[in-house]
Amino acid sequence: MSDNTNSIRELAVQGLWRNNPGLVQLLGLCPLLAVTGTVTNALGLGLATLLVLLGSNVVVSLVRTVVPSEIRIPVFVLIIASFVTVVQLLMNAYTFGLYQSLGIFIPLIVTNCAIIGRAEAFASKNAVLPSAVDALMMGLGFLLVLVALGAMREILGQGTLFDGADLLLGDWAAVLRIELFALDTQFLLAMLPPGAFIGMGLLIALKNLIDARLQQRQQQAVGITRARVTTQ
Amino acid sequence: MSFKIASSPHNRISRSTSEIMLLVVVACIPGIAVQALLFGYGVLIQLVLAISTAWLAEALIMRLRAKPALSRLKDHSALLTGVLLAISIPPYAPWWLIVIGTFFAIVIVKQLYGGLGNNLFNPAMAAYVMLLIAFPLQMTQWLPSVSLQAESLNVLDAVCAVFTQYSCSGFSISQLQSGIDGVSMATPLDTLRTDLAAGLTLTESMQQPVFYGIAGAGWLWVNLAYLAGGLMLIKLRVISWRIPVAVLGSLFLISTLSWLAAADSNPSPLFQLFSGATMLAAFFIATDPVSASTTDKGRILYGVLIGFMIFIIRKYGGYPDGVAFAVLLANMTVPLIDYYTRPRTYGHKARGADK
Repeated sequence: MSDNTNSIRELAVQGLWRNNPGLVQLLGLCPLLAVTGTVTNALGLGLATLLVLLGSNVVVSLVRTVVPSEIRIPVFVLIIASFVTVVQLLMNAYTFGLYQSLGIFIPLIVTNCAIIGRAEAFASKNAVLPSAVDALMMGLGFLLVLVALGAMREILGQGTLFDGADLLLGDWAAVLRIELFALDTQFLLAMLPPGAFIGMGLLIALKNLIDARLQQRQQQAVGITRARVTTQ
Repeated sequence: MSFKIASSPHNRISRSTSEIMLLVVVACIPGIAVQALLFGYGVLIQLVLAISTAWLAEALIMRLRAKPALSRLKDHSALLTGVLLAISIPPYAPWWLIVIGTFFAIVIVKQLYGGLGNNLFNPAMAAYVMLLIAFPLQMTQWLPSVSLQAESLNVLDAVCAVFTQYSCSGFSISQLQSGIDGVSMATPLDTLRTDLAAGLTLTESMQQPVFYGIAGAGWLWVNLAYLAGGLMLIKLRVISWRIPVAVLGSLFLISTLSWLAAADSNPSPLFQLFSGATMLAAFFIATDPVSASTTDKGRILYGVLIGFMIFIIRKYGGYPDGVAFAVLLANMTVPLIDYYTRPRTYGHKARGADK
């Protein structure tokens, strides 16, 4: 049991931080950069990706012993595509406004390399439970990066947060909209793709900075007590 | 006592980066003066804002990088970037525009690429393009030259206009943009493009007051002043003649050809050479030692590329001037140009000569 929780914790650390699909693996950059103009869009696409990832990882893990390895990639893509279709139809039905504003990027989740990457690298080699946890953590990691970037760009671009949240969460969510400051002119750069690239670069730099600080602190601690802190 | 043995050339001037940058700034002064005289004092306020922001941003980054800030500020490269950006943007643009632009130029375009000497793009032009794309409205509110302005602005008015977008007597920028006859005016290049797109011929368009003289009211003098400053730089051997000559030569060539082919829809070569930021670009911006090509042949190629691109963007693009985009696009080609134009080392055969 303790082994199990350990591996779950390891999976969480990998997905959310150390091997984050957005910040470290740099996978799925196309939707990451294209739809993060607002927090709502980012959240919507992040949730959609998370659901697809969860479904595909579980199913891939279930069929991993049945699928011959020669044709595994087409099979994985088919599985992913069916989940994307499910999510797309769900969004079309329940969050139509968001469905329209995300446009082509919902069907494009099929081509998100983060998903096929997890199917190939993890789910096809592991049991269902770890695969599901891995999908959840990777999806959450991706979602968090999307939301962080979306928040950054939305604040800089139009001075608001959660603009249009009612499109995703229903009418009550209109109250979530926060106007931080009113701008006469929008800062178009933040809204345009170059702003996404610059913002992404800054986020990665921030992560690397935090990592470097942590490592430094760890080394200092090691220097003082002369004991190994990690089990690696 | 020791004798130093050095190879030729023996008689040479060695200048530090700091001296070169300062000389370039000094050479800008005639142009800045003419600009301030003919287009109002706004440019001076923009200069003050840009230079102080540039210094602050540079000091901030140097602090973050744990390097001595003062010694880096003394190389005057931040000063030059600030100056070039300030004279490129409309003189009565709101104050935050130049602050954001200069900050972007120093922090993102220069320092994040590794600081002076490592930046791929010309910082001032990259920041100009960023501003133009992010704030198209503010970046195109050029006022007509002083002689055509309905309301004349004194220094205090200029300060008010930059900081509040209203002159002290309460005129808004768009009111100030109108000429004596109440018609709002853009720059000559802009007016010409709009008119040509609307189906007017060149001669019809040129009837407007914004076009008196060869290259539009005031712009001829601004360009002549930058030309003078640029010639001084060549004379002092701060910059090589190759880039400016190649830029102006190719722009002249292609605009002559187009003018001869269709004189009704293409402005004269003289108009192209003395309008907009042509001279500023040829002598001060394209010659940036960091982001320009470094070989002799490469410099000519690089200059020709900029000249052609200025023409193409002015003719087919949708922006006030093509200089900034032309310089950035040429900057991108520099590594390739430098690679293919490496000079033969003395004593070695040219590449492929033995085949």
